[in-house]
Amino acid sequence: MAMFDAFAAIVRRDLVLAMRRRSEVANPVLFFILVITLFPLGIGAQPKLLQAIAPGIIWVSALLATMLSLDSLFRSDFDDGSLEQILLSPYPTSILVLGKITAHWLTTGLPLLIVAPLLAVFLGMPNQSLSILLLTLLLGTPILSLIGAVGVALTVGLRRGGMILSLLVLPLYVPVLIFASNAVEMASSGLPVTAQINILISMLLMALVLAPWPTAAALKMSINS
Amino acid sequence: MFLVPDPVVRFFHRMASPPHFYAFTERLMPWLVIIFLLLTATGLYGGLYLAPPDYQQGDSYRIIYIHVPSAWMSLFIYVVMAIAGAIGLIWRIKLAEVVMISSASVGASFTFIALVTGSLWGKPMWGTWWVWDARLTSELILLFLYLGVIGLYGAIDDKRTASKAVAILALVGVVNIPIIHYSVEWWNTLHQGPTVAKMDKPSIHVSMLTPLLLMALSFKVYYLIALILRTRVELLQRERNSQWVKVKATDEGRL
Repeated sequence: MAMFDAFAAIVRRDLVLAMRRRSEVANPVLFFILVITLFPLGIGAQPKLLQAIAPGIIWVSALLATMLSLDSLFRSDFDDGSLEQILLSPYPTSILVLGKITAHWLTTGLPLLIVAPLLAVFLGMPNQSLSILLLTLLLGTPILSLIGAVGVALTVGLRRGGMILSLLVLPLYVPVLIFASNAVEMASSGLPVTAQINILISMLLMALVLAPWPTAAALKMSINS
Repeated sequence: MFLVPDPVVRFFHRMASPPHFYAFTERLMPWLVIIFLLLTATGLYGGLYLAPPDYQQGDSYRIIYIHVPSAWMSLFIYVVMAIAGAIGLIWRIKLAEVVMISSASVGASFTFIALVTGSLWGKPMWGTWWVWDARLTSELILLFLYLGVIGLYGAIDDKRTASKAVAILALVGVVNIPIIHYSVEWWNTLHQGPTVAKMDKPSIHVSMLTPLLLMALSFKVYYLIALILRTRVELLQRERNSQWVKVKATDEGRL
């Protein structure tokens, strides 16, 4: 139980920190909305065209928004030394890392889920695909946070990790993008999407089990250097 | 350790020491070059002269003697890199780290060659330089993964730390490659199906297949040569303050 308490303590601490810095939490969501607003301006506002590419646009924007928010996952802890304390604690680092990722998803992934219906309306997506869009975001954004954590743990010690982070993380995001946006597309033409959803669930479970270990190892490496 | 005969174990233990590796590969190199030249000459001769033209594609199919071996190598080298990375992480063998990082740029080059030759072949066959086909796309993503590895190694100043970071990244990548490959394949497929690795009977004639396999072997040997050359340079650079490098340098009159 002590392990779960440590996990909960990390989540609570990060949520409190996020509440004290509300503007930082708002940034990814604003970025998400802005990018999606740019698409109709860039390619023209024909309703048919927008409707056809809406799943892709929403998912690519979600990918980019998550990636931009990743840096905040370990950066401040690395700078003020609390990351070292986390690594020194008697609990398994992977569990504590999972706590940090959970808090990160609650502050950056979940808000995307809340504004997504609004953006679906912007892009004229049919109503029947809205629930599937929310479901894919609910399953997909945690995967993005989990995979991204590995990349950000590898680059947290670098002064300019931003560009290299996108090179590390974006290729690994491809499967999520493919299955999630395909599910939404299928749903808007009224086809069944059980297969895609099942695959997303399995990817989420795999990432949940596998991602914390390399993240913990990479953090130890970043601290030691 | 108990299953492997003693001489083999001793061989690997000695190979893990940089001076021994350096001396051993110096003696090995001429043989490798000879084998490589022989394989390439016979492979190219068989592929470009002896093999008959394809009944549909004419002579332009002959690019497979470069394209297919490069594509095989691109995946093979990534796996080698991940295995070397794992060995480096677990047993802290310096040589494994060097092998891993020396493999990355060779692998990236093979991936790039596979993409370019595929695109050159695609223009007359499919009528376009690039299609968002499954295998092309996953090869492109593989190239990005390689570039990520190279970029991460370059971004970290301390090379031992960089090796550890790259090893973690390569291991994460090797878990993801099958997932990426199958997701992309499921997403879209236009590429012609595999013609060699069918269990019952390959759907490619033996006069075309033999040169292909020869070329695949010659590419493997080429990789070994390139890997050894890069590894030797990297070893000298990392161990420049150690005694054996100093001895080596003074012996060859370069100091």
